[in-house]
Parts: sequence; structure tokens; C-alpha cells
Amino acid sequence: MSETRRVLIDPLVDNNPVTLQMLGICSALAVTTSLLPALLMCLALTSVAAFSGAAISALRHRIPNNIRIIVHMTIIASLVILVDQLLRAYAFETSKQLSVFVGLIITNCIVLGRAEAFAMHNGVGMSFLDGLGNGLGYSLILITVATLRELFGAGTLLGYPVFELVSNGGWYQANGLMLLPPSAFFIIGLLIWGIRTWRTQQAEKPEYRIHEVHRTEVF
Amino acid sequence: MEAYASLFIQAAFVENLALAFFLGMCTFLAVSKRVETAIGLGVAVIAIQIITVPVNHLIHRYLLADGALAWAGLADVDLSFLGLVSYIGVIAALVQILEMTLDKYFPKLYNALGIFLPLITVNCAILGGTLFMVERQYNFMESVIFGVGSGTGWAIALIALAGIREKLKYSDVPVGLQGLGIAFIIVGLMSLSFMGFSGI
Repeated sequence: MSETRRVLIDPLVDNNPVTLQMLGICSALAVTTSLLPALLMCLALTSVAAFSGAAISALRHRIPNNIRIIVHMTIIASLVILVDQLLRAYAFETSKQLSVFVGLIITNCIVLGRAEAFAMHNGVGMSFLDGLGNGLGYSLILITVATLRELFGAGTLLGYPVFELVSNGGWYQANGLMLLPPSAFFIIGLLIWGIRTWRTQQAEKPEYRIHEVHRTEVF
Repeated sequence: MEAYASLFIQAAFVENLALAFFLGMCTFLAVSKRVETAIGLGVAVIAIQIITVPVNHLIHRYLLADGALAWAGLADVDLSFLGLVSYIGVIAALVQILEMTLDKYFPKLYNALGIFLPLITVNCAILGGTLFMVERQYNFMESVIFGVGSGTGWAIALIALAGIREKLKYSDVPVGLQGLGIAFIIVGLMSLSFMGFSGI
């Protein structure tokens, strides 16, 4: 039981795919200008990660080692096509907003990385949970960033006004920068800083230590 | 001619794949620690992008798009749902072919690129370039220009970031911000400055 829980809970903060493993960053930044597409993206990625983990794990003894990447890609691409068709059928407007990023789940390193690192060596159930856990860890970051960007960039959440905008006679002056690409980088950078200050063992070692005496000499 | 030039500028700078669409971020952050490796990867990405975007364009136009099989007498067949799996197949195959060709005829370049060549298959900038080409319905010439421009833009951004990060090793960054955190802040600033190109 504890093993199961570890596989599922660990990727949320302690081994987060985005902030620690540095995987799947592309889409984490691109679809976060508002909350609704971000939620759909989370759903899409989590289901692809979980089911591809299970599928690859089930086939792991039959996949020849030297062509495994192509086999993984094919399995993942088929799952992504399924998700893409489902989104187009039931959430057409939002799937338009997601544009190419649903297709890009194929090359999302979380999915492929977990397939390589976990699903090839573990059972079907565990691989499913591992995919689910990593998908949820990714979702956590995505939802945080999307909430911040939509709230401060447009004063709304899921399209409903939260802060009354100045243009509508309210008090909040929308911060347009939040909707532009750079702010996504800043927010994730600061988020990483926050997590690593809280969980200090995640911090990276500096490559060069600046000598104390040297610093006083400069001034 | 002017339209092509502006398409190139737009693909390389204004709509930079890395800084405006966040594509290929994983490799972008992982490989930008040294300028030399960044240049190697940048060249490889440009080369692959120039080949894959036009090839995928032809596949899209003559095999997969709605009514594309009209030349074979199958005018009402729509295979566009097979797009994703065929594009990634084409990319993987082309990367493999390029790798073998380089190994045979240009071993020096092959050794310089090393591990990065196979990694390009899973670089989302490549698949992203193809998907944008399909979404924006470029014609053949435009897709060639778009491939060159987007590859170049990605390479420029990568090499610039590597240059900054090489200098950064000697600066005193707060412990929690060390490494990945500060890299994100820098990419944010670069993205801000690249937005300045949108005035061109």
C-alpha cells in the first residue's frame, strides 16, 4: 500500500515532473493564459500518461530494445489521436484554443520519459499509477500558473469575473503582461524558487563557489 | 519575394518557436549550459527542420488532407486523423536517415553532433513546426521558408541563452534559484526582448 501511495504522491511535489525533472515544460507554459484550456490539457495529458504507461508496461517483454523509442512513439501517438478526436467532438471551441499543443503531447517528455524510466521495468498497475501521479504533478503546476495568469491578466477565472475591471467601472487594472509569453517563464521560475526554498534538498549545487575573501576585496 | 522575407523574419524572430510558443523547452534548458554543444544542436535542428517541414507538407497535401487523394480517384477520403502518427513517423525516419548519411559521408560533423541527433526526434520544436505549417495552410515554398526561419530562430535563441548561462556560472545566485529557476527568469527576459521584434 505504501509503495502504491509513494508512486502516486511523490510526483506531486517531491519529484515533480515540471519543476524537478525538467520534463514537459513546453505545454506547461503555452496553454496557461486561461484556466479552461489548461484544465482540458491536464485531463488530456494525465490520461495519455496513465494509459500509455499501462500499455507500454503490458508490452514491455515483447518490445525489442533497439526499436523501443519508435514503438513507444506509435503507442503514444495513437492515444493522442484518440484524445484529440474526443476533444474535437465534445469541446470543439477549447480544442481550437489548444491548437497544436494537443498534438504535441506526443513529444511531451513526461509521457516518453516515464515510459522509458518506469513503465519498461514495472508492472501494469504500477505504471498506470505512475503515469497518473506524474500527470497530476504536471496538472498541479499547470493549474497554479493558469490561475495566476488568468486572474491577474484578465481579472477572471474560467471566464467568470472575479476582479471587477476598471473598463467595466470596477477597481482592477488588468495586467496585460500576464497574458504574454514572458510572464509564464517568470511565474514558473519563481514557483521553482518557492518550492526549492521549502524543500531545500531539491536545490542545485552552484558550479563555482565565490570565495568569501574575494568578495570583500572587490568592494 | 518580399512576402517570403517577411515570413522568414516572422518565423525566426517575432514568432520564435522557443520564446513565443515555448516549443522544445526541455532540450532548450537542458542543452544550454555550454555554447559549443548549443551550436551543435542548433545546426542539427535547422537541418532537420528544413527537411521535415516541406516533406510533411507534401504528405499532408497529397495523402492526408480532406480530398487529397483525388489524384488516385478517391476524392472523398479524409485521412487527416492519421496526421499526428504519420508526421512523427516521418520525423523519426528522417532523423535516422540523416544520422546514417552523416555517419557515412561527414563523420566529423556526425561526431560533433553526437547524442543530439537522435534526441531531435522528441524535440517538440520539430513536430510543432510541422503542425503550425498544417494549421496555417502554407504552400510548398512558404513551408520551406518557414522551416528555415523557425529552425534558425530556435538555434539563435538556444545559442544566446547558452552564452548568458556560461557567464552566469560566476555570479552569486540565491540557493533556491540556482540552476533551473534562474534559467527560467533569463528566458523570460529574452522572450520580452524578442517581443520587441514584433514592431518590424
